[in-house]
Amino acid sequence: MLSPWGISLAVLYVLRKRPVPGTHFSLSVQSIPGILGMNVVFTGLLGVAIALTMDREDGTLLRAKATPNGMLGYLIGRVTSRAAMTIAGLLIILIPAAFLFHGLHLRDFLSWLKLAGILLLGLMATLPIGAILGALFSNAQSIGIISLPMMGLVAISGIFYPITALPGWLQRAAQEFPVYWLGLGMRSVLLPNAMSAAEIGGSWRQPEMIFVLGGWAVIGFLLAPAVLRRMARRESGSSVARRREKARRRQA
Amino acid sequence: MRYGPVDVLRGVNLCVYRGEVVALLGPNGAGKTTTIEILEGFRKRSAGEVRVLGTDPEQGDEGWRARLGIVLQSWRDHGKWRIGELLAHLGRYYASYSTPEHTRPYNTDELISLVGLTKQANDKIAKLSGGQRRRLDVAIGLVGRPEILFLDEPTVGFDPQARQDFHGVLRRLSDRGETTILLTTHDLNEAEKLSSRILILAGGRVVADGSPVTLARQVSSRSEIRFSKDGLHYVHSAEDATSYVRALLGQYGRGIHNLEVRRASLEDVYTKIVQEFESRNVKRTPGRHARPNGRRRHAKPVTKVTA
Repeated sequence: MLSPWGISLAVLYVLRKRPVPGTHFSLSVQSIPGILGMNVVFTGLLGVAIALTMDREDGTLLRAKATPNGMLGYLIGRVTSRAAMTIAGLLIILIPAAFLFHGLHLRDFLSWLKLAGILLLGLMATLPIGAILGALFSNAQSIGIISLPMMGLVAISGIFYPITALPGWLQRAAQEFPVYWLGLGMRSVLLPNAMSAAEIGGSWRQPEMIFVLGGWAVIGFLLAPAVLRRMARRESGSSVARRREKARRRQA
Repeated sequence: MRYGPVDVLRGVNLCVYRGEVVALLGPNGAGKTTTIEILEGFRKRSAGEVRVLGTDPEQGDEGWRARLGIVLQSWRDHGKWRIGELLAHLGRYYASYSTPEHTRPYNTDELISLVGLTKQANDKIAKLSGGQRRRLDVAIGLVGRPEILFLDEPTVGFDPQARQDFHGVLRRLSDRGETTILLTTHDLNEAEKLSSRILILAGGRVVADGSPVTLARQVSSRSEIRFSKDGLHYVHSAEDATSYVRALLGQYGRGIHNLEVRRASLEDVYTKIVQEFESRNVKRTPGRHARPNGRRRHAKPVTKVTA
């Protein structure tokens, strides 16, 4: 987990002199909040999805099902540990970045509080979706397929370059998903106010951000219980054995 | 007190009583796993009535689940945990179902020694051998001090030593008499060694039910009597071996040598049942062994359970 973040920090450090077009602000510093948002999606959403499929393959989930209240305990444990890892991932980027770059708003307590609020909203928007994806995909291999469109989504979500540089229809597509809004939210807290000029509509659009992320959270929390119950119901010794057999054949 | 009469399978009324060790014996594909999964509440039945500990498994709540122990065919979960840690962790889930008469969970150290893993108590689970792993699975199945323990093919892939150790664990457990055990196996010797009662399952039906001795008698009542007279060897088959031998000795007395009476062994019976089942099955659904696992559920006859 450390190394990819280490590499991206190193690249950003090398490129720190390049400005955001039309400003004197470092493009690298502008990217850091977006990377924090991306971390929520990759460590949180994708992490939960992968953990869920793997735990079905090795029987962890069936073990939970065989234990009284085990399924509930399992899900709470998984989601909590993923959330903790997402927070750790955020700090792993943010703390070195605070020393390597100038221009991030990290001095006052209020911006940390806002950061925590956006992170919490982001986790609520992404973790249930991750759990749903993990429940729908039958094995860890096929879940790899969804990381591909996710990369594409990151590419159009204005993480590494202002989204305003993209054609309008791509901008509209990106604004349907949480990645863009998480990045925007993080930027609104960590960057100077003047930088909002590089955003769509020249604004941080915080109400819209809360609305979209909140919407994803509502969808996730509405769908996840039913999807997870269905997954739990279908779990049995023979279904684990079947998946195991499939995995064995794949390797052969 | 009657503990959990269990009605299973096509018109067969099976009751398993407290402290009994019952083996579900049958060839592969006979419906053993399906049966046990229905009892565990892991699989829906298409019809019929099932009661486990007085509750329909499909309606079983967490309190009901706390009274069951389950050991499935293949588990390799929690590889990074240590044995003691995992047992203590899982045990906590049962603590709220503890009563003064029946405390839960099992004491971790006692449980570890019961399954003979004391030396490995601090080992990572991924490092255990196949036999040790299976004994851990049994320990996990027992952690809530269940009233009934389900074991699905517990010794598949064991070497003889591991098998013997495992049988030792089960015998120690059944000697305590507090847990009813229902196990599946396709190994007749295992069923004979471990259980007080055997149910032979073939083609989704219980074809025989009883202790090893009654089973042999039930399926074949004829005995084979061998003896020699005047230097010649004779073989005779009789319904009532005792009367035959009495008459034989009454008539020839000291003229009879090498007398041997042999009732059809359980092994003969079981082999015959399996052969019959397999030849019937091949005729009905050709190539059933090549069928992919994923389709099994629809083809299995056992999901039709009637009381």
